[in-house]
Amino acid sequence: MNALARSLNVLRGDGQAGRVVPPTGHTAWLTQFTAGAMAFLAVFALALSLATDRLAELWSSELARSATVRVSAPAGQEEAQVRAAVRVLEQTPGIAAVRVLDAAEERALLEPWFGPDLPVEALPIPRMIDVVEGSDGYDAEGLRLRLAAEAPGAVLDDHTRWRQPLVKAAGRLRTLGVVSILLIGTATAAMITLAANAALAANAQVIRVLRLVGARDVYIARAFVRRFTLRALSGALAGTLLGMGAIALLPGASTEGGFLTGLGFQGAHWLIPLVIPLLAAIVAFWATRMAALRSLRGLM
Amino acid sequence: MIELDDVSYSYGGGELLSGISLTLPPGSFFFLTGPSGAGKTTFLKLCYGELLPTAGRITAFGQDMRGRGRDDIARLRQRIGVVHQDCKFLDHLPVAENVALPLTVAGRDAASETANLSELLGWVGLSGHADALPPELSGGERQRAAVARAVIMAPEIVIADEPTGNVDWDMSLRLLTLLVELNRMGKTILIATHDLNLIRAAKQQVQARVLRISNRNLQQAGADL
Repeated sequence: MNALARSLNVLRGDGQAGRVVPPTGHTAWLTQFTAGAMAFLAVFALALSLATDRLAELWSSELARSATVRVSAPAGQEEAQVRAAVRVLEQTPGIAAVRVLDAAEERALLEPWFGPDLPVEALPIPRMIDVVEGSDGYDAEGLRLRLAAEAPGAVLDDHTRWRQPLVKAAGRLRTLGVVSILLIGTATAAMITLAANAALAANAQVIRVLRLVGARDVYIARAFVRRFTLRALSGALAGTLLGMGAIALLPGASTEGGFLTGLGFQGAHWLIPLVIPLLAAIVAFWATRMAALRSLRGLM
Repeated sequence: MIELDDVSYSYGGGELLSGISLTLPPGSFFFLTGPSGAGKTTFLKLCYGELLPTAGRITAFGQDMRGRGRDDIARLRQRIGVVHQDCKFLDHLPVAENVALPLTVAGRDAASETANLSELLGWVGLSGHADALPPELSGGERQRAAVARAVIMAPEIVIADEPTGNVDWDMSLRLLTLLVELNRMGKTILIATHDLNLIRAAKQQVQARVLRISNRNLQQAGADL
């Protein structure tokens, strides 16, 4: 708390401490620009992390609780096999609901691929049974064996087969997003350290004079720290807002678009990127302070 | 106020000063003389803590220089006014702000001391130049501004390194008068100079002692100077 109060005190702006260091033309703009660019990238890395997080969650919860039984049998036997399969499913412990998809629903599922007005009845497509799992789960292997015996044309697809790699990929993507944010943060710190060192070197004469007339190290450091912290804060704020704007303009999440349109923030998550400018300011504060105090130690 | 006890200072290879002992009592007026490169500036830097002795002990205001932290050194410099050889100003700030710089960096409100500041600028004859930038001043004006900056914190000691180095004889006498006035106000004055005429002029106004650096040692110069 004390350290926080001290840090804020530094920013509160001793105009005089700022004035003793001569203004620097274009380098100020460069620091702001870089902080802004980094913040812009950080917004996207954050959006990627949050979106993949949501997807992984979705895939592992919703899909895990549903399964499909596909019945393909020669015409004539089909109806009997569907009934047999439903009977088996209803008797299986751990299954909460069983529902046979009607022709209209199957047509809706196929519509994105074959267009409307598909004569589903005329095609040898399998019948689908939607299965919702109960909270305790069921014995998939046992169910497969029983289905094979009662309805040979029925195949259980419990989604795990294709769900697992997707969840894994989403997890990897999220890790990549987090690593990117960390890299952006350290790159910002490195960039600001370099800029601060350049400013300190350019103002070596000013620093020597200040030290000779009795300025303490923190006073001299403050003039630089304040400047770079405010530059990083304003640059990162602009970059963050632009990044958030760009994300807001992306097409909205939709089932047709799938994964790609899910990239964005939802609800309260829109507040998270606002932390980026603050983090940038904190990074700039410490990077400049450390650079300034380090260079001052070489001077009596 | 400042005591040197068997102080030596060596740069990388050779020894520049060795075995120097001296006490600067309050209210005294000292000249430091000697050939160029004899170590006058080094001696002064030892006195205000820009350099630490390689051997021996320097005490300022009763505290050992070596034991001082960096903030302690900063506070020491607020009590010792220094007129540097090349003045050392912040060229982007006007003269008035440069003169008030010790107040500013000490965290004192320079705005509340504007009356003092303008009085001080009047004393050194720079009232008309308060808003000028240091590069716009002549050599003598810069030296007088440096004197004003050295005394704005009301220090107990004023150290001047060749204050008349770049100015003509009239201006030298004017600067000397300023320093003599400070001494009459009770300040300890230590001036490094190679200008013997200046020392002679001073001796007519004040009880000045002359120290001479030669052969790495400090000697009290004779009264015959």
